[in-house]
Amino acid sequence: MTVETMKQIIRPYGDTTGDAMIQVSFTLPVPHGPRAELAALQLAGKMGLDPASVVHSKAMGPDFTFFIVYGKATHLIDYAGIVAPEGREFELLTPAQVNTAVKAGLGRRLVVVGACIGTDAHTVGIDAILNVKGFAGEKGLEYYREIEVHNMGAQVAVGDLVAKAKAVDADAVLVSQVVTQKSAHIHNTKQMAAAFTEAYPTSLTGGLGRPLLIVGGPRFDTVTPSDLGVDRIFGKGTTPGEVASYLVHALVRE
Amino acid sequence: MKLGLDPAVVRRARDLAARAAEPVIEMARTHTTVSVERAVLRLAGVTGADADGIPWVNRIVDAVRDQAGLEHGVALPFFAAANWRSMRFELPTGAERDRALARARAAVGAGVARIDRNRADRDRLLARHGDPGQPWIYLIVATGDIHEDIPQAQAAAREGADVIAVIRSTGQSLLDYVPEGATRHGYAGTYATQENFRLMRAALDEVSAELGRYVRLTNYASGLCMPEIATLAGLERLDMMLNDCMYGIIFRDINPRRTFVDQRFSRQIHARAGIVINTGEDNYLTTADAIDAAHTVVASQLLNERFGHEAGLTDRQLGLGHAFEINPRIPDSFRLELAHAQLVRELFPDAPLKYMPPTKHMTGNIFAGYLLDAFFNLAGVMTGQSIILIGMMTEGIHTPWLSDRDLALENVRYVRRAAGDLSEDFTPGPFIRERAARVLSETVDLLHRVADDGLLNAIADGVFGVTKRPADGGRGLDGVIEKAAGYVNPATEILEAAP
Repeated sequence: MTVETMKQIIRPYGDTTGDAMIQVSFTLPVPHGPRAELAALQLAGKMGLDPASVVHSKAMGPDFTFFIVYGKATHLIDYAGIVAPEGREFELLTPAQVNTAVKAGLGRRLVVVGACIGTDAHTVGIDAILNVKGFAGEKGLEYYREIEVHNMGAQVAVGDLVAKAKAVDADAVLVSQVVTQKSAHIHNTKQMAAAFTEAYPTSLTGGLGRPLLIVGGPRFDTVTPSDLGVDRIFGKGTTPGEVASYLVHALVRE
Repeated sequence: MKLGLDPAVVRRARDLAARAAEPVIEMARTHTTVSVERAVLRLAGVTGADADGIPWVNRIVDAVRDQAGLEHGVALPFFAAANWRSMRFELPTGAERDRALARARAAVGAGVARIDRNRADRDRLLARHGDPGQPWIYLIVATGDIHEDIPQAQAAAREGADVIAVIRSTGQSLLDYVPEGATRHGYAGTYATQENFRLMRAALDEVSAELGRYVRLTNYASGLCMPEIATLAGLERLDMMLNDCMYGIIFRDINPRRTFVDQRFSRQIHARAGIVINTGEDNYLTTADAIDAAHTVVASQLLNERFGHEAGLTDRQLGLGHAFEINPRIPDSFRLELAHAQLVRELFPDAPLKYMPPTKHMTGNIFAGYLLDAFFNLAGVMTGQSIILIGMMTEGIHTPWLSDRDLALENVRYVRRAAGDLSEDFTPGPFIRERAARVLSETVDLLHRVADDGLLNAIADGVFGVTKRPADGGRGLDGVIEKAAGYVNPATEILEAAP
């Protein structure tokens, strides 16, 4: 068998290799009863569960039914064909290492402007990264001697953010977006990126002619930085140390 | 009292809270804000907005400020004007002043009378439909569209919710006006407007009659329009209101002075309307560690209590907040939660405490989250909490689905049925008693510092919620005005008159 044809077929695991058992739960907008269960089984079949069984169904008011379904997944996965995603593209540094690198590489403090933009009033994310208190036991960027932090707080207009970034000659702009209703986080971020492109017409890329644009929030998992026009996206659980290390990686050239 | 707290220490904590609050209360007594003045106009029956959607109360207060100044209050210039729609105002004197004052008192008095009638209506409906036993189950709806919120709220009530909270659109707290009319486009919540309040209260009255149980309605008075939203809540018979003395400052970066002035007036309205306030101490634990910062929660509760009492709220109107946010991986985390919850229960025996579910340690593992929510519910019944906000196993993943809410109610119903009177059998041992005593003593130390340094300085130093908010920073300071000697506010006159 050649490398190209080598496969590693896997199925879900219940309690026996190859049993392919999974569970799902969902709601259908129909009254509870035997007919609703048949509808749930039909859905399970179309999802690739065969055989499937409804182990629990419950009326939720007169018009909805909740189901828990177990079934055997008919789909196969070739694990050999799945490429591991790239890990973090930068080395994780301690605050002392970050300070040393900034001092040696830039010869001045690295300037960061942070804000929640648009209608978003949730400062929890940006505060976790910027405030001294920090997050997950790590101190925020304000704690770093060689990083100068300007936290603009909540509901900052994009124009004000651009103006602030210019006024303080920011190296990086950090924007946090928590509210996702009607994809507000996507729209706001794109609008922000467009405003920076317009305000820095001669820039080559983030860090070259314009600030590095970094966005953070729990629900950016379906988009790439280039979709949004930003340089980096950070997701749920990101710590200040990761952001600081990335800033060094992206902005401090040795 | 199971914890054996030293009454002298408890007394000392209250004395220190009163001492810390006093300069801020004095500042609130001697100042007014644009929103307080707009609330006076709303009580006097001014409604509606101009063609651009700017509420008339904003137009009037801005015009009075420009032409006559607000240091005498909006009431006299407004009621002296022959036709306010001309937007020409001046401060009346002599007989003209007397006539304007009489008209202002009559109009504002009519607004307060409507609040009084609503309070009597609530009492009547509670007697007719029945007041549910505590803990009340508190559920949130937040679609952005009042006409979607209504069926969801009614469904939640039928499934067992005793209190419905309509979350506001994100960002409303930073609007310096209250939008008008029924609204269908909010972000992560629905705008608080007088018409939305009226529609939802009517819908819940309908379902209360159907269920034979009065379903309470909650909204949010925090933000730049605290006094106006409190007034609208009184006019439309809301039953509870989020109203914290420091939440807007810390979590929305609203100016501290503005907040304290607005807060005092809004609480005077709540007191008159029989509205139960909910304070926001639970929020501190989303930024600070729930063990390290436990004493900041208690210190803030004592401050909220003092500010509330001074504004005329009774103990039964003080829905002081706290939360179940200790990291579940820490040994004895549940015993620590019980210590904190029991401490708050014993410090405020008559307050309808509002207990908030875990959010910070909900990881996306919905099964573990469901278990944690059950432990939260158990802590709630064991320590006799009054209002339990229902935790969602999908917290932090998405706004609750229909099934999330249904499963959450199943969880709390089971715990209430299985362990409803467990507080009778619960006698804390030394671990819990010592932890509670320690949190209380840390609270006293903190209040001591706050009383010595000044509350505004403590807020500037980041004592609460580990966020620093200087007294002259944040939004809305330009809307604060020092009262002149001849300042008139017919609403405050009525609200502060001896009962």
